[in-house]
Amino acid sequence: MQSVSKTPSIRIIEKVIDETPTVRTFVISDANLADVLPGQFAMVWIPGVNELPMSVMVIPEKGKAAFTVRKRGVSSTALYDLKAGDQIGVRGPYGNAFDIKDGKIALVGGGTGLVPLLRLAKFAKPTNDVTILMGSKSKDEVFFEDAANQILQNNKHQVIACTEDGSYGEKGFVTDVLAKLAQTTKFDAIYTCGPEIMMHKVVQLANSKGIFVQASLERMMKCGIGICGSCCMDEVMVCHDGTVFDGEFLANSKEFGHTHRAKSGILENY
Amino acid sequence: MTPDLSVSIGPISLGRPAMLASGILGISMEVFNRIYRNGAGAVVSKSLSKEPWEGYANPTIVGIKGGYLNAVGLSNPGAPYFAEMIKPNKDVPIIVSLVGSIEDEFEFMVKQFENCNVTAYELNLSCPHVEKVGLEVGDDPKLVTKIVSRVKSVAKAPVIGKVGLGTTNYLDTVKAAIDGGADAITAINTIRAMGIDVETQRPILSHKIGGLSGPAIKPVAVRCVYEIASKYDIPVIGCGGISSWEDALEFIFAGASAVQVGSAVGDRWIDVFSEINDGIANYMKKKGYSKMSEMVGLAKRF
Repeated sequence: MQSVSKTPSIRIIEKVIDETPTVRTFVISDANLADVLPGQFAMVWIPGVNELPMSVMVIPEKGKAAFTVRKRGVSSTALYDLKAGDQIGVRGPYGNAFDIKDGKIALVGGGTGLVPLLRLAKFAKPTNDVTILMGSKSKDEVFFEDAANQILQNNKHQVIACTEDGSYGEKGFVTDVLAKLAQTTKFDAIYTCGPEIMMHKVVQLANSKGIFVQASLERMMKCGIGICGSCCMDEVMVCHDGTVFDGEFLANSKEFGHTHRAKSGILENY
Repeated sequence: MTPDLSVSIGPISLGRPAMLASGILGISMEVFNRIYRNGAGAVVSKSLSKEPWEGYANPTIVGIKGGYLNAVGLSNPGAPYFAEMIKPNKDVPIIVSLVGSIEDEFEFMVKQFENCNVTAYELNLSCPHVEKVGLEVGDDPKLVTKIVSRVKSVAKAPVIGKVGLGTTNYLDTVKAAIDGGADAITAINTIRAMGIDVETQRPILSHKIGGLSGPAIKPVAVRCVYEIASKYDIPVIGCGGISSWEDALEFIFAGASAVQVGSAVGDRWIDVFSEINDGIANYMKKKGYSKMSEMVGLAKRF
């Protein structure tokens, strides 16, 4: 039985991995977070700065967990700038998990959205034939290719990097590459995480072909446990009812792919 | 015979006794609908201010032994935005919580809701972690009377004052609200509190001091409801650490006409409302009560 913590526990950053010039992975020891289900997240406290919802990255060593961050705003940059030996707080895990179907599955991710998808890959059934599509702008932003191949070494699989400028792998948006692939390959399920516009396209494509699809969503989160309401989308709380939602629900959502809430709760367009 | 779970709180009538407390989940109409369908008697909005507020940086809410600490900072989309959002509302009993520093702000906010279906206004006189509003207003009885009477003069719906434990005797705040014409009192808000992380030696909340909610404050809240109901002739809504039907009944016996549930949503999720309804209904059957009002204040006879 998974134990869920609502109070931050301090962990020491044991290792920092440079993934790209703007993305780093921070490794900690946390037996509870090491085994979270794909789609679940933790609230990560950067003392004195902020607390952010983050998916837990797969680390091969037992009892280890990690967070992968791209430096962007004040808080993500503060996390990115931490060093080995620095302290962060963690609480969780929270949220639901992907429902892994049998057969041929596609994982479609962009940027740090790959984190929950690699955990899904780790939980894949031995019989799953897994295709991972990783989207990025250019070659120097491609990461997790080796990690994906390693996690899936015992599965039939392929890892396809897609770059918008064509400097590496397939040229184009990950959604276009998926659309092309789906013309010849019959997928039993598609899972996606990344920028919401990308996920929206993936869900639309899967729904139009009648393929089971799930997306792991991100919203402004404060409590992470279904109290504050900051992350509400339509009638659901993304932290508590999600973060994983299926294509049928998302197809009927007024907000998915269109709007998200600001810190005040006002709806803003994507 | 099925017991009647409807309640009257002065002029306010609700079909069921437990409402969603202010500050919890309350920013979208779709969520209000869902909570009402799941058994809440009414939903109280997050406290709305004249302008939108972003609130404080995280951590804003953390669990601790016995409950939760929070200093969200009253983040809210502002009364005008919220009023526009609830305009389509037909059947969900929405109690609009308002927060401000002076009576003019409250008047401005109430006027935003002229074309909305509002069950009541609840004036936040007790948030313990934002300056110049909430508890700082509640600690000034003269200001409380001015604000309540101004709101009463412009509001078409009943007016509730929500009190908490500040530096002024909260019973004086209750009296001030009654003098201003309040129709009911909600007691209590979270209690000013803090938590420190031992490893980093830092306050956990970004705002350092926040409010304590959950089971830890329930006995304090029961005592306050009992004191208010014993001293004044005004309907009381009990709030503070309620997470089961037994907790809800404790407040009813202390003198509350209805209750509000907040933090328990973090432990029991929104099923907590139907659990409370079912538990109270079973208790009433077992004990032979047919109406909620028969049970209000029963502990006062001892």
